[in-house]
Amino acid sequence: MMNFLTYLINGISLGSIYAIIALGYTMVYGIAKMLNFAHGDVIMIGGYLIYIFASSLGLNPVLSIVIAMAGCTCLGIVTEKIAYKPLRNATSNLAVLITAIGVSYFLQNFALLVFGANPKAFTSVVSWEGISLAGDELKIQGVTIVTIVVSLIILLVLQLFINKTRSGQAMLAVSEDKGAATLMGIDVNKTISLTFAIGSGLAAIAGALLCSAYPTITPYTGAMPGIKAFVAAVLGGIGSIPGAMIGGLLLGVVEILSKRYISTQLADAIVFGILIIILLVKPTGLLGKNIQEKV
Amino acid sequence: MLKKLSKTSRRDYITYGIVIAFYLIVQLFKVTGLLSSHMEGLLVPLTYYSLAAVSLNLTVGILGELSLGHAGFMCIGAFSASLFSVYTKGLLPGGLRFFIALLIGTILAAIFGFLIGIPVLRLKGDYLAIVTLAFGEIIKNILAAVYFGYDEAGLHISFKSFQLQGEGKMLINGAMGIQGTPTDSNFTIAVILLLLALVIIQHLIGSRDGRAIMSIRDNRIAAESVGINITKYKMLAFTISAAIAGSAGVLFSHNTSTLTATSTYFGYNVSIMILVYVVLGGIGNIRGSIIATTILYALPELLRGLNTYRMLIYSIVLIAIMLFNWAPKAIEWRKKNLSSIKGRFAK
Amino acid sequence: MKKLHRVLSVATACALAMSMLAGCGAAKTTSSNTFKIGGIGPTSGAAAIYGSDVRDAIQIAVDEINEKGGINGYQIEYKFEDDEHNAEKSVNAYNTLKDWGMQMLVGCVTSAPCIAVSEKTHDDGMFQLTPSGTAVNCVQYDNAFRLCFSDPNQGKASAQYIAGNAELKGSTIAIIYDSSTEYSTGIHDSFVAEAGSLGLNIAVDSSFTVDSATDFSVQLQSAKDAGADLIFLPIYYQEASLILTQANTMGYDPTFFGVDGMDGILEVENFDVSLAEGVYLLTPFSATAEDELTVNFVNKFKEKTGHVPNQFGADAYDAVYAIKAVAELKNVTPSMAVSEMGATMAAGMTEVTLDNVLTSPTTITWTADGEPNKDPRAVIIQGGVYVLAE
Repeated sequence: MMNFLTYLINGISLGSIYAIIALGYTMVYGIAKMLNFAHGDVIMIGGYLIYIFASSLGLNPVLSIVIAMAGCTCLGIVTEKIAYKPLRNATSNLAVLITAIGVSYFLQNFALLVFGANPKAFTSVVSWEGISLAGDELKIQGVTIVTIVVSLIILLVLQLFINKTRSGQAMLAVSEDKGAATLMGIDVNKTISLTFAIGSGLAAIAGALLCSAYPTITPYTGAMPGIKAFVAAVLGGIGSIPGAMIGGLLLGVVEILSKRYISTQLADAIVFGILIIILLVKPTGLLGKNIQEKV
Repeated sequence: MLKKLSKTSRRDYITYGIVIAFYLIVQLFKVTGLLSSHMEGLLVPLTYYSLAAVSLNLTVGILGELSLGHAGFMCIGAFSASLFSVYTKGLLPGGLRFFIALLIGTILAAIFGFLIGIPVLRLKGDYLAIVTLAFGEIIKNILAAVYFGYDEAGLHISFKSFQLQGEGKMLINGAMGIQGTPTDSNFTIAVILLLLALVIIQHLIGSRDGRAIMSIRDNRIAAESVGINITKYKMLAFTISAAIAGSAGVLFSHNTSTLTATSTYFGYNVSIMILVYVVLGGIGNIRGSIIATTILYALPELLRGLNTYRMLIYSIVLIAIMLFNWAPKAIEWRKKNLSSIKGRFAK
Repeated sequence: MKKLHRVLSVATACALAMSMLAGCGAAKTTSSNTFKIGGIGPTSGAAAIYGSDVRDAIQIAVDEINEKGGINGYQIEYKFEDDEHNAEKSVNAYNTLKDWGMQMLVGCVTSAPCIAVSEKTHDDGMFQLTPSGTAVNCVQYDNAFRLCFSDPNQGKASAQYIAGNAELKGSTIAIIYDSSTEYSTGIHDSFVAEAGSLGLNIAVDSSFTVDSATDFSVQLQSAKDAGADLIFLPIYYQEASLILTQANTMGYDPTFFGVDGMDGILEVENFDVSLAEGVYLLTPFSATAEDELTVNFVNKFKEKTGHVPNQFGADAYDAVYAIKAVAELKNVTPSMAVSEMGATMAAGMTEVTLDNVLTSPTTITWTADGEPNKDPRAVIIQGGVYVLAE
């Protein structure tokens, strides 16, 4: 029983990381209607920034995360301006998808040139050892607890931001109907930039937690978690913020439990299998809105 | 003579012409010894990625659905055909063996395309895309975990490695895949296959069925209301597309002797790479897919001299081409400036 | 306008295709005054570290030999091509080198590409010496040899070492291996087979794949639950460093036993080396050894790249000197045809005794099936350095 609980908690922790990444995916998708394939690589860049400031320069971890968030936010805004914005009104929305793939290649190869292919050991940003319960039977690591708490705080803050502030309301309006939002005097470009900024800032936090839980960093660190988080976002209903959270948690728990109780090699197949089953039952994801087609 | 033909069939013949001309030029270079081994080695990969791009274009451009799992169909074609070839190596003559392997790979990929199409094509847009990606990953994942071999006690299949009893052979050795596939692919066969795929696809596009498929792409509700059987035509296009991707996989597996189901060859990133070829060549433009594949596959190879910078340059070129080709502002600029150049030439 | 656009695009496509075909075709020149040695390995992509170390180590060896007058009085020209750890790209790289005029190949660095390229070198009769392709099939043909141990060799040696060590013998063993690489699977399979016949107690046999190589909590937890006190890690040091760190945060402290891929763990940037204390590994090379040859190589390597070489680099360095020794033994000259040179070199490999090498044992000989006489040696990490284990 205690064993099962350990795995469950590990799964929730992994799921929380997926959830934070998925939040970035889902917000960008909700507003710009694009799949940002480079999102995972922004996480990687965030991880490297924290590595430089915290591990190499010895800065305070929290300060390093703040710097990395600023860096990733800039990166997000700049890539949006250069690579995505010119294609916003392109005839096919595949165009911007391919550009995002180009950006992803670019970030990976840029990191390869700058930081080299050698993996670097990442010093956890959480130095707390964690707690022991049930007479040492059940140990929960500090980073696990921090990850779960941080993801809950992010979820809460985002919900408040979207529902209670003008910019948040503007985001909602743009995601509902871009044309109408423009007519209502909302600056669509600014809103989209803001979304990218928030998504990329979150990516830096995700990078910090991901690299602390699995303490290594390479130019390819972000790719697979990025795809998994994308799956999580779709699972929860892409565009929905609570959906991303639920999708992420579900994915993390399923992944860890199937690794433990079924097969480490088939865990990915099982994760993707569950995605397929859920989408067949609920074609727009768990919390996705049902889109009525108009003639 | 070309003038007499309708516009579409003229376009088709030009496409065939380009492929055949390319083939002949290559042969000419080969005979005169001008073709480098490096380029010669690229010819078959170029052709099977062209095949894959053409097949994906059928799904993306003609049917109008985004598939991110085409590498999965390639994987099925590659593994089933390789399995047959390795099993019958030494029993059947080379030509016949490859022909049957090709049939097996293509048909099996078509069957999987059909089976996967039933649930997948009920979904829409990006949800459909992610489910195809999921299927592709599942196929890759399972084939990378399976052990399959035969010995005196018969056939064995398992997700755990096992020892064979007495005489026997491990056909699929888990993540290490299939080894010793005869290298039966060559450029001539590959080009014949590409031409065959082109005939099938272009014929389909020009036919009544093809127009029905494109009407679904353009307006599903309108198509449904005039009595077009949406499911049937979607399935038709998707299955043909899977079959062609499967044949590309057969060429792939018979080009090098080792075959492993790893992300490098059959992961979602390969599906995405093929999608890049399709979008750059023009969505729905079959000829464009072939040209874009040729250029983009060759580009990183041509940049070999630049070593560490080559993949970085490749990514920048990719972004730049996308912006130049698709950004509304760039299109406007091109119209203005290129027409002035044209005007000058006209004088 | 539309037409012009189309004409333009077709024209550029044709021009590109033509330049592709012609441009490279003309480059085929063979000069008979220099040896042309090529290398292939991943210098981009996830396995880039192995390829770049090999690339730089070969360069160091080549420069040294050229400085001292070359091989049989002929200088060496050297070129290295990237294969991204992809068999398909590896064959492309091989063809590029062939166009350049390569006469002998030091490569490939990783197993799967090596097998694919060995099919091509076999067709061309070219001499191939892989520094680090450990899979059995890498040297299945007469023209191919390797400088490193083979996979089965290591798995067997590990099991025998454990069975022969009084302290380790009775341990409950857990294995964590990478099922997606030939390297790890090969060692794993031979280890399990040998352990079975030696009566070792393997409690947990778990794996991961290259796509899931960051989270080892499940594998470690199951090992812990089964009460394993020795974990066998037939994997590379990057993943091993992660496993060590994650086991430490879990508060789990078994004995770790690695193979040659574990070599390099002390050089992982920012890694807490105290975690590696007491780790066993098999290695042919130790960068901290104090003999003149190692010090010279490590210093040159550090100067060139800024980091300490791993065993891949050392193997590659030795490989170049092996080629030199054989070429001198057999009086090979650059004017020989590639296949003639290949046959002569292959014959010479079985006759040569290479001494003064970086990688243990101090003298290496080869058998006709391409295998070196290497005996994996176990070392234990104590105080941040390798100490030969009893």
